[in-house]
Amino acid sequence: MSTVPATRPALHRDPTHGVAGGVCAGVGQRLGVDPLILRVAIVAASAAGGVGVALYVLAWVLLPVAAAGDGLPATRPRGATRASLQVGAGVSLLLASFLLTLRELGLWAGDPVVFPLVLAAGGVALVWRQSTQRLVSPELPPTPRAAQTLPAAAATPTVTVAETGERRATRAAGVYRGGFGVALIVGAGLLVLQTTGALSAARDVVLATVVVVTALGLILAPFLYRLGRTLAAERAARIRSQERAEVAAHLHDSVLQTLALVQRQAADPRAVATLARRQERELRTWLEGDRTPTGHVASALREVAAEVEERFGVAVDVVVVGDAPLDADLLATVEAAREAMVNAAKFGGDGAGSAVAVFAEATVEEVSLFVRDRGPGFDLAAVPADRRGVRESIVGRMERHGGRATVHAAPGMGVEVELRLERRP
Amino acid sequence: MSAPSVVIVDDHALFRAGVRAELEGTLEVLGDAAEVEVAVRLVMDVKPDVVLLDVHMPGGGGVEVIRRVSEPRPGQRFLALSVSDAAEDVIAVVRAGARGYVTKSISGAELADAVRRVHDGDAVFSPRLAGFVLDAFAGQLAPEQVDPELDLLTPREREVLQHLARGYLYKEIAARLHISAKTVEAHVSAVLRKLQLSNRHELSRWAVERRLVD
Repeated sequence: MSTVPATRPALHRDPTHGVAGGVCAGVGQRLGVDPLILRVAIVAASAAGGVGVALYVLAWVLLPVAAAGDGLPATRPRGATRASLQVGAGVSLLLASFLLTLRELGLWAGDPVVFPLVLAAGGVALVWRQSTQRLVSPELPPTPRAAQTLPAAAATPTVTVAETGERRATRAAGVYRGGFGVALIVGAGLLVLQTTGALSAARDVVLATVVVVTALGLILAPFLYRLGRTLAAERAARIRSQERAEVAAHLHDSVLQTLALVQRQAADPRAVATLARRQERELRTWLEGDRTPTGHVASALREVAAEVEERFGVAVDVVVVGDAPLDADLLATVEAAREAMVNAAKFGGDGAGSAVAVFAEATVEEVSLFVRDRGPGFDLAAVPADRRGVRESIVGRMERHGGRATVHAAPGMGVEVELRLERRP
Repeated sequence: MSAPSVVIVDDHALFRAGVRAELEGTLEVLGDAAEVEVAVRLVMDVKPDVVLLDVHMPGGGGVEVIRRVSEPRPGQRFLALSVSDAAEDVIAVVRAGARGYVTKSISGAELADAVRRVHDGDAVFSPRLAGFVLDAFAGQLAPEQVDPELDLLTPREREVLQHLARGYLYKEIAARLHISAKTVEAHVSAVLRKLQLSNRHELSRWAVERRLVD
């Protein structure tokens, strides 16, 4: 216990090595002093007027526990706290000098009025700020994005736990600030009562009440604190189990169903492949969650591709770079792309294994879209003019919306339909 | 030229067995491993030409294997293989040093071909990887934002990547752009190098936009 760690930890409590709350153990580790010395000092101070007890209780309440403190509440930058304290002190001094100046100049309503007012105003400001902040706080903690590299399902509980840690730290800071504000307001009220003489009459009652409340608070504080901790832990566990139930339900409805179908259709490899692809796509969409916004080019193209794949049993691979929200013109472009995919699936597939490749790139200036198959290809000049598929629903549609469509086709090279649409600012 | 030798690193036993069965005969399969620790030792032991590497594995995944093998064996070639669609995972493993990325749905013949190309020092960009890379370098081209220090893609490199994303093979791209297949390979290798070296705010901004970092 007397060994000093090479790097001294931040100020904390260490209940595992402590006698009562682990305050001396924790502070000893920080200072590099044997906790025994601190304990003797605290006991001595307690014997001489009770200061030690007060200090100990205060430290017990204020210091974070070592294990939980690693990276959680202790992450609040110390520099930021100090800076805000300095700013607070500076503002107070300025305000005081301003008030004193007014007093000297005679612009003064009288001590019993102004000082309580200033105190109360400060308190109200703190409490008010605190309560507005609490309204915002559920959105405050940024989700740790590192967790997203894990499969989403496994990552979610981790995220929740980390968030509660961060939220707890902000909440603790809020409680201190709010408490200080309340104390200021109460102090102001007492000051008014004192100066108007009303306090002296009720002084004994008030004093007794204050003593009882304080004593109760001191007795109950550890229990309340522990209760809060237990509730938080329970909440995290509940969220985790809800999450798991949701994942289980989803797997049940999707993957297990598909696996059953696969077993029943094992004799038909094409059907199995289609089933597998559909399930894969569905699962990926679910895993990605809200990362690809709906109503955008990427999601719309994927939907269309899935539809074509389903209808013709030909794999359609979609690669999208960038994204853009759909407007009427882009919607038409996606429709034209659907037509191109249908064509590719119908005429471009010369059997199993030939996939349709779709590539879209959305930049600020332009959306370009390519649909390509590896089929036999055809001579464009030989296509009869009444083939409405390409001419009307692809070329015509693009032109009506201010874009253009080009068909690159040569025997043996497959067919590629190129769609381009300039974006309007 | 004798067939390149490979080691298969993947934590799914079924998948390992499947790939092994598909590659045996065309390539020399020297062994397989299911976890990072074992994989590193195996690769150091048998010194394969190419390591086929799963992106997702317990204990750090493919990135960790590359990191630990590359230190003592900087010339080791890796080909990443994954079911993952997540751009950040794929880009991470390529940035760590993999010379290509293919999805697990690839056919045996295509996989063998990809291994051979990685062995020859080429980069293997599937359409999907080409898309990810374009995405990673995209959106930074507003003239007032271009930092001359950044390794932006040249117009030609972008063109090659776009063709890859459209599903064209190297020799088809060469024919379309009227350049040699070797030149196409050179462009792809250059893109790979830029991706691996570029550590500046180019890619970090991309990461921020994709909310990969806070």
